Amino acid sequence: MMKTVSTITINLLCQALDFPGGKVAYISEMRFISESNDKRIPCYRLLDDNGELIEDSDIDQISKEVAVKMYSEMVTLQMMDTIFYEAQRQGRISFYVTSVGEEATNIASAAALAADDVVLPQYREPGVLLWRGFTLEEFANQCFGNKADYGKGRQMPIHYGSKKLNYFTVSSPIATQLPQAVGAAYSLKMDKKDACVVTYIGDGGTSEGDFHAALNFAAVMEAPVIFICRNNGWAISTHITEQFRSDGIAVKGQAYGIQSIRVDGNDALAVYRTIRAAREIAISEQRPILVEALTYRVGHHSTSDDSTKYRPADEIEYWKMARNPVNRFRKWVERNGWWSEKEESELRSSIRKQLLQAIQVAEKTEKPALGNLFSDVYDLPPSNLREQEKQLRETINRHPQDYPSDVPM
Amino acid sequence: MLGIIRQKAFAQSLQRIRPATSAWRGYSSAAKEMTVREALNSALDEEMSADPKVFLMGEEVGEYQGAYKISKGLLEKYGPERVLDTPITEAGFTGIGVGAAYYGLKPVVEFMTFNFSMQAIDHIINSAAKSNYMSAGQISVPIVFRGPNGAAAGVGAQHSHCYASWYASCPGLKVLAPYSSEDARGLLKAAIRDPDPVVFLENELLYGESFPVSAEVLDSSFCLPIGKAKIEREGKDVTITAFSKMVGYALKAAEILAKEGISAEVINLRSIRPLDRPTINASVRKTNRLVTVEEGFPQHGVGAEICASVIEDSFGYLDAPVERIAGADVPMPYAANLERMAVPQVEDIARAAKRACYRSVPMAAV
Repeated sequence: MMKTVSTITINLLCQALDFPGGKVAYISEMRFISESNDKRIPCYRLLDDNGELIEDSDIDQISKEVAVKMYSEMVTLQMMDTIFYEAQRQGRISFYVTSVGEEATNIASAAALAADDVVLPQYREPGVLLWRGFTLEEFANQCFGNKADYGKGRQMPIHYGSKKLNYFTVSSPIATQLPQAVGAAYSLKMDKKDACVVTYIGDGGTSEGDFHAALNFAAVMEAPVIFICRNNGWAISTHITEQFRSDGIAVKGQAYGIQSIRVDGNDALAVYRTIRAAREIAISEQRPILVEALTYRVGHHSTSDDSTKYRPADEIEYWKMARNPVNRFRKWVERNGWWSEKEESELRSSIRKQLLQAIQVAEKTEKPALGNLFSDVYDLPPSNLREQEKQLRETINRHPQDYPSDVPM
Repeated sequence: MLGIIRQKAFAQSLQRIRPATSAWRGYSSAAKEMTVREALNSALDEEMSADPKVFLMGEEVGEYQGAYKISKGLLEKYGPERVLDTPITEAGFTGIGVGAAYYGLKPVVEFMTFNFSMQAIDHIINSAAKSNYMSAGQISVPIVFRGPNGAAAGVGAQHSHCYASWYASCPGLKVLAPYSSEDARGLLKAAIRDPDPVVFLENELLYGESFPVSAEVLDSSFCLPIGKAKIEREGKDVTITAFSKMVGYALKAAEILAKEGISAEVINLRSIRPLDRPTINASVRKTNRLVTVEEGFPQHGVGAEICASVIEDSFGYLDAPVERIAGADVPMPYAANLERMAVPQVEDIARAAKRACYRSVPMAAV
C-alpha cells in the first residue's frame, strides 16, 4: 500500500488519510486503475508439454511410490470415465459426468492432502475420492442406485459422498459448497485440528454470489480453507470470455485479501507441489488460499450435453491429444525408470476387467428396500411418514400386480 | 374404503394422544414475569453454556447486542469465537452455518428478519433440509435458523412477509412459532438440541411482551416437545387455531365470544412442521367447528393445510364449513390505516367464529 511513500514524508507533509483499516496516501493526479494488469498472472509449472522437468526446480522430489500411485490413479480415473460414459450411452445408467482432461488436477491435488483434510467437491472431482480409497464397486453402486449405495439410492449418478473418507456428498446447486467449506474450516479452527478444508469450483461457478461471500468471509474469519478453481475453459456452453472479464480467477484473490496462485492444472507435479504448499500455509497461518488450476474440459459437460455443438472439434482434439495430462505425466514417470509399457498394458487390462465386473455386479444388485423411501428425512421418523409407510405397505399387499417387482420390501 | 380404515386408525392414535394434550394446560402458580426477549436471551445463554458446540452468527448479533437485542450480553460472556458478527451476506453466513453444522458444530443463524432469508433460501432448502436424506444419514445438519417473521408495524411489504408456510412445506425442516415466553424458552431450547435443521419464527412485536413464567419454565433443563400444540383455552363450541401473535388475538376474541355465550377453544400451534394434527382433530371432533387464523397470505397457507387435514381425518365431525382468517392477499402496504386493514384483527376472528356457529349471516365480506 505505502511502498512508494516513506513514513517520514507522510508525517512531515500529512499527505495521508487516516481511514478505518489503515493509512491511505493522497494523490493529486487523477488515475483510474486499469481494468487489467499489463501482464497476466503467470502460470506455475514444472513439467513441459513433453513431460520433461523444466529447470532444476526447487522441487522436493516425490517418491517413486507416490509418483507411480498418482499415475496409476490418473489412468484408472480416465478408464472409469470412459467405461461409465459408455454404460450411460448403452442405457445402463441414467446419467454420468466425466473428468476427462482434468485427471492431473483431480489426482495430484488429492495426493497432496492428508486423510483428515475435509473435501467439499463440486461434481467433477471423483479422482479425489478415488485417491482416498473409494473402490470402483462403490462408484458403480452409487451410479446404479442399488442397495449397496451409501446414498441408499437417493441421488442421481455421480453424487458420491463418503463420511469415512472425509468427502462431503456432491450437491447439485453450483458453488453452495464454498461458504459451507468456510463453515467447516471454522469448525476445524475452533477444534484446533491439524487439518484444513479443500473445496473445488469450476470457472463458471465463480460467478455465483456464494463465491464472493465465501472468499470474503474466509478472509475475515481467517479460516484454513483452500479454494481450488478448476478453470477448464467452459461452463456447459459458456466460454470463459462470456463468464468474466477479469484475468481468470487468481487475480480475484487479492481483492479479498487472500493469497492466490495460478498453476498448470495439467501438470501433475506442479499441482502436487502447489497444493502441498497451500496446505502448509492454510494450516500454519490459519488463512484461506485461492488456487486457480488451468486445464481443459475434454469431455462434454455431462451425458446430457453434446459439446461439438458449441465448440470446434479440433479444439477438443488438440487438448485431448497434445495436452493430455496423463500422457505428459507418464513420460516423466517412465523417464525416471519407474514405469514401462508392460506395466501400462497390465494396469489398463486389469482396470478394464475390474470396471466391467463392477458394472455387471452393480447392475444386478438389488435396489434399496422400500423403507429407505421414508428414512433419514429427519433424525427420527415422524408420525406422518410412519403412517404413510404403513399405508403403502398395506396397499402393495392388496395390489401387488400394480407395483414393480424389483423393489425389495 | 381406505378412508374409513384410515379414520379408524386415526381415532385410535387420537385416543392415545388425548391424555397427553390435557396435561398441557395453563401454568402452575406463576410468580415471575418475563418478556419474550428475555426468554430468548436466557434460552440462548443457557444452551451456549451447556454445549460448547453451540454458537451464534448473524448481522449485528455481537457488538450491537443484536438488532432486536435478543443476543444482549452474549458477546461479552462467550467471546467473538462463539458470537460472530457477520458481513452482510445472508447467502454467505447461512452457507457457512450449514458447513459448520455438516462438520459437527451447532450453529444458531440469525436473520435480521426472515424476509432476508430469501437471499439464503437455497442453503436452507437444498442443503440444510435435504442433506440428511440425500447423504443417507451421513451428513446431519443440527442448525437453527431464527429471527423475526411476519408483520411488524409500519415496515412495508419487504419487511412484513410471513414465511411459515414456505418453510413448512419442505420435508427435512422443522418449523416452530412461539407465542409466549414459555414457548420462546422451551421451543428455542428444543430447537438447539434437535439434530435436525429447525426454522424458528419469532415475532418482532412480541419481543417486548411480558408473560408469567413458572419455576419449571425458568429451570435451565426446561424444554418443550417439538410437534405438540398447546390448548391455551379450553372450549366446546368452536376451535380456533393460531400461531405467534395471532394466539393473543384469538384469546381476546375468545373473551368477546364468551360474553355472547360461545365457548371457544384456542389452540396455540407452537409447531408448524410437524403440525400437531391429532390435537387439532381431537379438538374439532369435540367442537365440530373450526376457524384457522394466520397473519400470512391465504393461498397455500398454514390454514389451508389445517383445513385439508381436518377434512381428511374428521370430515364427518364438521357441522359447518371451515373458516379461514388470513392476511389480505396484497403485499403489505405501509400507511397505518391500510396496514391495519391488511392483517386480521380481533373482530375478524370473532366474526368468523360466529359465522361458524351459524350465529350471523354467512357472508364472505366484513
